[in-house]
Amino acid sequence: MSSANQASKQRSGFIWQLLENRKATVGVVLILLFVLMGLFGPLLVSVDPSAFVGPPHQPPSSEFLLGTTGQGQDVLAQTIAGARTSLAVGFLTGFAVMAIGALVGMTAGFFGGWVDSVLSFFTNVFLIIPGLPMAVVIAAYLQPGPVTIGLVLVITGWAWNARMLRSQLLSLREKDFVMAAIVSGEGRLRIIFREILPNMTSLLMSGFISATVYAIGAQVGLEFLGIGDVSTVTWGTNLYWASNNAALLTGAWWTVVPTGVCVALVGFALVLVNYAIDEITNPRLRAEATWTRVLKSHDLESGLSTPVVRPSGN
Amino acid sequence: MRHILRNLGLYAFAAWASLTLNFLIPRLMPGDPASAMFARFAGQLQPEAIEALRQAFGFTDEPLLQQYFTYVGHLFQGDLGLSVAYFPAKVTDVIATGLGWTLLLSGVAVIIAFGLGSLLGVIATWRRGGWLDSVLPPVLIFLGAFPYFWLAMMLLYVLGLTFEAFPIRHAYSDTLAPAFSAEFILDVLQHMVLPATAIVIASLGGWMLNMRSTMVGVLAEDYITMANAKGLSQKRIMFHYAARNALLPNVTGFGMALGFVLSGSLLTEIVFSYPGQGYLLIQAVRNQDYALMQGIFLTITLAVLGANLLVDILYVWLDPRTRAR
Repeated sequence: MSSANQASKQRSGFIWQLLENRKATVGVVLILLFVLMGLFGPLLVSVDPSAFVGPPHQPPSSEFLLGTTGQGQDVLAQTIAGARTSLAVGFLTGFAVMAIGALVGMTAGFFGGWVDSVLSFFTNVFLIIPGLPMAVVIAAYLQPGPVTIGLVLVITGWAWNARMLRSQLLSLREKDFVMAAIVSGEGRLRIIFREILPNMTSLLMSGFISATVYAIGAQVGLEFLGIGDVSTVTWGTNLYWASNNAALLTGAWWTVVPTGVCVALVGFALVLVNYAIDEITNPRLRAEATWTRVLKSHDLESGLSTPVVRPSGN
Repeated sequence: MRHILRNLGLYAFAAWASLTLNFLIPRLMPGDPASAMFARFAGQLQPEAIEALRQAFGFTDEPLLQQYFTYVGHLFQGDLGLSVAYFPAKVTDVIATGLGWTLLLSGVAVIIAFGLGSLLGVIATWRRGGWLDSVLPPVLIFLGAFPYFWLAMMLLYVLGLTFEAFPIRHAYSDTLAPAFSAEFILDVLQHMVLPATAIVIASLGGWMLNMRSTMVGVLAEDYITMANAKGLSQKRIMFHYAARNALLPNVTGFGMALGFVLSGSLLTEIVFSYPGQGYLLIQAVRNQDYALMQGIFLTITLAVLGANLLVDILYVWLDPRTRAR
């Protein structure tokens, strides 16, 4: 019982460690800002993002803070409205990609034998077939829209997570506490959900984050290609229309820059959180960061000396 | 050897899966290329022509299995059907014009990114905690978070349009005819600078960080301690002992990354109207040219599979341990 308590304390400790990490704080704050923008932004900006509000390709001014598009729409309103769809599709798809990857990977890893062989084989096939061209071919036949894009991204994206989680499960399965559970005759499902899954929280989280990064990037790429509903306002379609209206040839950089910077900031924030998770869960990285700091504080050059890894709390 | 053979089966299956996917998707979905073509030339085609078009695209009333064998048969004869966008050109001919350019662009970009990224990774590890190690990774991660094609658009705007330093579209000047001359090659290289730079910038961070983390792992190995104890110089240890061995895992990553780089180069090509597969792909999408779209998917898949096979062989050649087993 006491070991279970300790384990749960360690898990809640993980969230605290994450909040104390500087990278994670910056990342989480940025993501929250964008989520708030997606949720409430369209309510605060009174301009309809697809309405014709002024002359086309107006540079940023006091009237149009980020200028107008080639069709005379307000770029600021479009960027804010685009956040809603793009982030919703991104996060939902990211979650689905992670969940399906986890299901396949963990099933393969836990059951082993022919189940593992078959599932791993399919995982490897999907890993090797290039995602974007496959997504284009599938999406071109389906009804365009955010749901289609999400679906296509799940089909082309789940394999990476499946492989990661499978290998993690294989290493956990050899651990003593899982062995003990098997020997004491606990059910397979119980072992997976009660014993193994809690120990994979950080990996599932970072899987979710990288799947979301992939989903947002690929979604913007597909919509830029014109696959997807070009009449909805998303970050991808904003760039599609900018390119369609020859924005750069006419020098209208303001139709391209805001959306691109938003996409990159969201991606960057997510990657930062992922690095923080990595630092917290990987003792070698953590020890190294501390070691470098110690050496620096003594004016020593950090070189080839390797720090000794101690259990946390010492 | 067994490693290669096992992967060979995987690649063969992947190739079969993608061509079967190509066959099934259009037949399971509503609508067909013939109707799309008919709609495109509305008014110019007689209603009877639609049946002929269906025949030409291989959509018949035959049982699915028979259609499948016809399809595979045609495929092995190098017949991917007719293109709608470039009607009446054959899909294979259209693709043949684009494949070379794509391979050139993404090949050059991936080699530069791999080389430069790995080198930066080694240098960053060499001077751990130094300015390169602390400044470059976040900057590269931030740049890598931009979509490839967006970076391409920015380069086009700043270096191509504002400073007019490099040509902004096509693979070579319209005034030149393709020839094996110094003038033409120089022209092609000039046209390649912007698109290749966009791809390199977007993918550099991944290579550098990968190399850095593998290096950190390798540095904990005993033979590095041994080399230190022998009093070898830091430079020698880094480049001759650690980097060589850290490069191996990156070689497998190289194969995996090809797919991503190719996807990135497809989108970049569109920005620069670079006449490769990506540019053809968007033509196909805009014209609902399904045959061309599928043809491009198939050739890209085969290219990635082939490249991965090469990497596998290279890996066995580089790493004696895989041969011993």
